[in-house]
Parts: sequence; C-alpha cells; structure tokens
Amino acid sequence: MEILDILLTVNFWAAAIRIATPLIFGVLGALMCERAGVLNLGIEGIFTAGAMAGWMAVWLGCGLWTGVLVAALAGAIFGLLHAILTVVLGLSQHVSGIGITLLATSLGYFTYRTALPNVSTPPRIIPFQPLDIPVLSDIPFIGPVLFQQTALTLLAFILVGLVAWLLYRTPLGLALRAVGDNPSSIEAQGLSVRGLRIGAVVAGSSLMALGGAFLTMSAFDAFFFGMVNGRGWICIALVVFASWQPGKALLGALLFGAFDAFQIRLQTEVGAFVPGQVFLMMPYLLSILALILVARKADYPRSLLVPWFKGQR
Amino acid sequence: MKNILTLGRRAFIGLAAGAAMAIACSGPVMAQEKTKVVGIYTVPIEQQWVSRIHLALNAAKERGDIDYSYSENVSNTDYERVMREYAEQGANLIVGEAFGVEKPSRAVAAEYPDIKFLMGSSLPPVEPNFATFDNFIQEPAYLTGLIAGAKTKSNTIGLVGGYAIPEVNRLMNAFIQGAKEANPDVKFLVTFINSWYDPPKAKEAAFAMIDAGADIMYAERFGVSDAAKERGVLAIGNVIDTSKDYPGTILASALWHFEPTADKAIADVKASSFKAADFGIYSFLGAGGGSIVADEKLATPESITKAKAKEAEIKAGTLKIEINDAEPKSTK
Repeated sequence: MEILDILLTVNFWAAAIRIATPLIFGVLGALMCERAGVLNLGIEGIFTAGAMAGWMAVWLGCGLWTGVLVAALAGAIFGLLHAILTVVLGLSQHVSGIGITLLATSLGYFTYRTALPNVSTPPRIIPFQPLDIPVLSDIPFIGPVLFQQTALTLLAFILVGLVAWLLYRTPLGLALRAVGDNPSSIEAQGLSVRGLRIGAVVAGSSLMALGGAFLTMSAFDAFFFGMVNGRGWICIALVVFASWQPGKALLGALLFGAFDAFQIRLQTEVGAFVPGQVFLMMPYLLSILALILVARKADYPRSLLVPWFKGQR
Repeated sequence: MKNILTLGRRAFIGLAAGAAMAIACSGPVMAQEKTKVVGIYTVPIEQQWVSRIHLALNAAKERGDIDYSYSENVSNTDYERVMREYAEQGANLIVGEAFGVEKPSRAVAAEYPDIKFLMGSSLPPVEPNFATFDNFIQEPAYLTGLIAGAKTKSNTIGLVGGYAIPEVNRLMNAFIQGAKEANPDVKFLVTFINSWYDPPKAKEAAFAMIDAGADIMYAERFGVSDAAKERGVLAIGNVIDTSKDYPGTILASALWHFEPTADKAIADVKASSFKAADFGIYSFLGAGGGSIVADEKLATPESITKAKAKEAEIKAGTLKIEINDAEPKSTK
C-alpha cells in the first residue's frame, strides 16, 4: 500500500472518527466550561470517572443508555465540586482542576478495586455495537465511515450541532457567552453570573464524562486503570485550537484522530527505517504546529480564569 | 476541646504501657510467623505480567507457605518509598518490578541487607540480596511462531506491543523466528503503542494491521485479540491464556508461569540460602515456567506435530532459542 493511498481508504477514516469520538465529547465539555469563564483541568479525572461509572453501571446490570446517564451524572458531580471551588469560592481554577483530576481518578480506581478486589482479567460488558442505519449506511464511502459507527459516535456529532445551536441561537447561549466575556453585563441584566457558570461547568463536565464512557462502553468493553491515557489533556489543547467554537472543535478532534490513525498505519509501512517514537510523537507534534498557526489569532473568552464576586469591579 | 495533645498524663502512661506490653508479647509470636512476602507492582493486578506473579504468590499463600500482601498501581516515582515502607515493616521477601527504578531499587536493597529482593529487571542481580527474574518465555513464543507461520494465508502477521523494551522484544523476536522457520515468505508488521494499558489504542493499531492484510495478530497487549475477533482473524496469546474470552480466535498462546520462580525463592528464603541470582531460568520451558497451549481445531495438524517435536528438543536441551533483545521492525 502506498503511503498516501492510506488516506483514501474507508477503514482509515472510520478509525479516525473512532479515535476522535472521545475527544469530541471532551472538547465540547471543555469548551462549554471555558465559554462561561471557567477552565476545567479536572477533565482527565472526569474522563476516568465517566469511564468507570458508566462501565460499572452496565456491569451491575443497567442498560447501556442508563450507563451513559450514570457516567454523565458522575461527571456532573465532579463538575459541581469544581464549580463550588472555583465559582462560588473563587479559588484558583488550575489548582482546583488538577485536584479534581487527582481525586476523580483515584476515586474511580478505588471504587473499581473495592467492587472487584480479586479479578484476574477485567470483567467485560457487551458494549455499543456499530449501527447499520438503512439508506445512510449504503452511501458509498460516507456511509461506512459515518453511519456504521456506534450510537455514541453519532451522539457526539449530534451534540456538536446542539452545543453550537445552544451557544449561538438561544438566549441562554448568549448569556453563557457573555458570562465568560463580561460577567458584569450579565449581572446588569439581572441574571445570575454564578448560576450560569455553575450550570455550564456541570453540563460541560457531564459531556467530558461521556468521552470516558465511550472508551469503556464503545471503543472497548472493560475498564482499565490508566486507559484514559492523556486524552483529557489533548481536549484542553483542542479547545484553544478551536478558538472556543464547536465547529472548529469537531474539526480539531477529527484532525487529531486522523493524525493518530495515520501514524498507526505509517508505523507498519515505514517502521523499518524510522524509529517508532517518531510516529507516536506525530499527532502531538502536528497538534502543536496547528496550535501555533491557529491559536495566535485565538479569541479567548475575556473573563476566562477570572473569578467574579458580586459588587466587585 | 480535648484532643490528642492534651491527653492526660495518666492516660498517656497507660497507653504507653499497653503498647509496650503488646510489643513484648508479640516477640515470640513473631519468630514463628510465616515468611512475609510482599508484592509491589506498578500496574494493577489485572495486567498480564503482574497477574502471573500475583497468582503464584496467592497460591503459595493458600498453601500456607507465606503471608502475602501487595500494593498495586505504585508509580515509579513512588516506588522507592513503598519499598522502604515494606522493608521497615519487616518483610522477608519483596517481589516487584525494577524496570523503571533499576538504580533506586538496588539502593534500597543495599540498605536492608537482611531482606531479600526478587525483582523483575533488565539488569543483572546485585549481591547480597537483590535477585532478578523476568518472563523468559521466548521458547513457547518461538513455538507459537511455528504454528502461526504455518497457518497464515495472507503471509502477513501483525505484532502490537506496548513499549519496545527487552522483555517485549525478545518474545516478539522468538515468535518471528518461529514463524519464519515455518514459512520464510511471511511478512511482519510491528507497532508499539507506548502504553501498557490503553486497550482502545491497541485495538486501533490491530485494526490498522488487519486492514493492511494481517490474518494473524500477535497480541502482546489487551485489545489486540478484540480487534482480531471483531474482524474474524486469529490471534496469538502472550503470557496469559485468554482463549476462553475469545473462543475461536486464539490460535495458540505462550504462557508464563511464575510458580517455579516464586516457589524456589520462597524455599530459599525459608532455608536461609537465598542468593542474589538471576531467577530467569525458572521461567524457561524446562523448569515449567513457560508453556504453550494451541487450539488444535484452528492450527494445522503438521504445525502442532512440529511444535511438539521442537518442544521436546528444547526440553532435552538440544535446541536453544536465542534471546534477542533488539527492537523488532516491520518487514520491508
């Protein structure tokens, strides 16, 4: 197979989308938090919590969609904690976020080990299966790439549209964007700055947790310690790449997925001459390059990282 | 408010006396206690490599030979502290993995000469108390290669590994050697995912190889057999037997058994004859530390016969499988 021919295969793009799916959830979640002015570095831990909670619920006998809800709820709880620390108490968003990551990760492991103290191989669930949507799946190329994915992947794509619509076409979205840019204007309108920010962080964190749930309930069928493996951090970078816009966020996640799917294939093609580590670096290197090109013009939310207190200017 | 700092003088003396008594009474009991074995692992006990150690030590515990406790998921940066903590608590034998802490773990061992250390390590043992071991199952890996080489129709075999480190490389190389011996035309695809524990990623790497024509996957990591099962190709198991989890997918597996290593070390500690030796040989086929299982419904009958013959040769000592720690590369 010629190297560039890889890019023309259905399986390559299907893989790119599979790899991108957890990132789409994560980047949307991070975007929502940051649009409201709160950086959420708890993302890596919230991924783990979502991966654990969703999988555990299904393993205990819940349906798959109930598992997804449980994961979202787990994310919401950690989101609420982050919101209390950063929005209500106005503490450092960096410190709180890292703390949430440490807490959520360890708590996820702790719960897993407490529930399953003596397992030799991690127990498995029956995960989401690839869909076969009539008509749509039969479209050449696009069909197998987009519509023979699992339901969670489709959900991720739908959520991109939904979040974009919410942000740009609804009064709530306007308020959300404003609260991240100029919270005092929201206060002047008689809206609750804290309420909006807390809501955004909680909702965003649930989205992040879905990214984790995708890993254990669709990409794989079991929970492993450390399986999130930095995917959360990538989302934080992707938000900047996306200039805080859902459409570009989707593009960024897909680009990263494509880079990763490409490097995996390239390794076997030219791995005899080039050290494998070069390929493993590639997605990150290209992401940094993309960030340099795009993020210089990034229009970040003006009040990102700035806590807001009533009556304070 | 009364707290521990304002504990009354009488209460304090009482407590101290009680503690002293407890220590005094526990002395003779301690002497008769079983050998205390501690496992310190950088990954969870489900991980293939560690699961074999955990299994063997649990078996020894159940036989009543040892007291066994363990810490899992200890990061390399924290490893030294955990070692010290167990050493201070009076463990007799500490079993663990020094791959990421080769120097610090040797330093800790030197500070506690009375405690025996049996560590998975890429480097040599150190007198007087730092012994090493590893999963030297290159012989069964070679045998699975013979079976895989005979079975592949596309003449393409994919190998997905965690990191390109000696303990991974040597098994892959032995497997490749076997497969080439059975079928000189076979082409190998090699990928490392740079993680021990990212099954979704391992699965994606395996999918990529199957797309490129591989019809047998060497499953060094969790996730590879899943991809093989989904796409209806075969997989070669490594270290643990997963044929029950993937019926009809696992062609053959090279298994590691830690029992001979553990039992030898425990017996040595009990007999006070523990030496800072390389316990690697107890993972060899001849010592019962390695074995092969093959699915006779999937493998070609000739390859099974050949593998059995080679197995006998290895056991008889007439055939030696070279230990090659170089990083395997895709064929071009």
